[in-house]
Amino acid sequence: MSSIKSTIISQIEQVAEEQKVKLPPLTDELVLLDSGLDSLGFAILVARLEDTLGFDPFTASDDVYFPVTLGDFIGVYENAAKTLEAAS
Amino acid sequence: MPQRRSKPLRKLINAEASGSFLWPADASVALGDLVRGTSFGGALGALAGRSVVLATPDQLTTALALIELDGVARRLVLCPPDLPADQLGYVIATAQTDAVVAGAGGPPAAARDLAVQATCSPAIVPADVTLADPHDTEWIMLTSGTTGAPKMVVHTLASLTAAIKPIASGSAPVVWGTFYDMRRYGGLQIFLRAVLGGTSFVLSSASEPMSDHLARLGLRGVTHLTGTPSHWRWALLNPSARAISPRYVRLSGEIADQAILDALREFYPAAGIGHAYASTEAGVGFEVNDGREGFPASMIGSEGAAVDMKVVDGSLRIRSVRTAAHYLGREASAGPGAALLDADGFVDTGDIVELRGDRYYFVGRRGGIINVGGLKVHPEEIEAVINRHPDVQMSLVKSRKNPITGAIVVADVVLRTQPGDGNDRSAELKREILQVCRDRLPQHKVPAAIRIVPSLDVFATGKMTRHHA
Repeated sequence: MSSIKSTIISQIEQVAEEQKVKLPPLTDELVLLDSGLDSLGFAILVARLEDTLGFDPFTASDDVYFPVTLGDFIGVYENAAKTLEAAS
Repeated sequence: MPQRRSKPLRKLINAEASGSFLWPADASVALGDLVRGTSFGGALGALAGRSVVLATPDQLTTALALIELDGVARRLVLCPPDLPADQLGYVIATAQTDAVVAGAGGPPAAARDLAVQATCSPAIVPADVTLADPHDTEWIMLTSGTTGAPKMVVHTLASLTAAIKPIASGSAPVVWGTFYDMRRYGGLQIFLRAVLGGTSFVLSSASEPMSDHLARLGLRGVTHLTGTPSHWRWALLNPSARAISPRYVRLSGEIADQAILDALREFYPAAGIGHAYASTEAGVGFEVNDGREGFPASMIGSEGAAVDMKVVDGSLRIRSVRTAAHYLGREASAGPGAALLDADGFVDTGDIVELRGDRYYFVGRRGGIINVGGLKVHPEEIEAVINRHPDVQMSLVKSRKNPITGAIVVADVVLRTQPGDGNDRSAELKREILQVCRDRLPQHKVPAAIRIVPSLDVFATGKMTRHHA
């Protein structure tokens, strides 16, 4: 598992614990809205990931839409990390 | 007793509303039954002339109580769903409440000593309710305040319904829905539109996932649907957003940016899309239906308009019959923000606008107020809670841009003792501080992230440097 993926998974688990939400298995195919987290939960997740990973790919670009599945969500972060790496 | 400016709500319900319903998640209540019945058993008389706090657990019973008690009670206090239990006592004292309406589970602890305890039940019993000598009932709505105590805003049915136009006869049937809770201004407007227009209304439910809510809205055939830009951003992520085909989509409560307006236009090409400016204090200001963010400059200072608007020091000020009358419990205090209306009767909205070409655009809020998905957050309130932690010297709560809720709350915290190299309790302290916040604040006010910082900038006046929008 990539380090970005494991970071995202552990942050989702952390937010779910705080919101007292029981998560389904976190597969790539999971539709984010079926995870049980609400909109505030995802808002918190994006803020936490910005602190741990150092970027928020959604706010950084107007062209990035919020994805539907967990796999796509992780992909958005991995792509943003590659772009940042290439630019540095 | 002042003369009522409008008929009581019960008498305003469209009498032909036989085919109209209130639809919460798990029930269906015919408006016509309510016109000819009561949900209070025989207890309605005991509430006459009282100051009544509505502490019901759900929106439906609040809706029923409002319909029955307008004109009967002297004052009705609507408690938002996230009112912390320890603030109910303040609300009761400030509104000089002497009666409570609760659900089947009984009233909350702070209301148990009130003189009249009534239960409102969704089971409506036929009754001939006559309203002799109706009161000009005050409707008290709560909004977030800087000190943690809510601001209590005084409306009447007349001010709350002044923006509502009758539905044109012969138009296709309307079913209203909203993502708002109807105990807040945005949701209450839709409830009143529905009952005055004799149309059905699909109520939201706090515990219901968005996908279930959308599916339910689809099943009920919703035609007019309202929410904040954040609600809509969240809804459009959901495959169930295809379950509805609204004729009218409305956004309010936050800045509607061009991105969300365009996304809605693309998603619901057949729908009219409007964004409205409204707040609990200012009432409904205006609606913009041209699909563009901001609003035409010609709306400012136009003579003879239903709503007078002006811009003072960059902030939008609004005067109309839709604004609230005053705050409860703040009359005696002085200083900025104590009075709801300025000397000329305008509400200072605190929303900062900027003129570009022939249009005004919203750029943020004065005073650092943060808008989390349509809910106002005063940084000072959260800082006061964080500062309760014994290891915290000071804290600064800030807004951070967020792709879902528009903004989210984060905090910088200075500790009393700097963490030493071998003794870093930062992670543990952050957890403890968050726990203090979770114990005392509604979820949207709990910081998403806490940073331990060595110091904060402080002005010579002793005030912290806030970077305003």
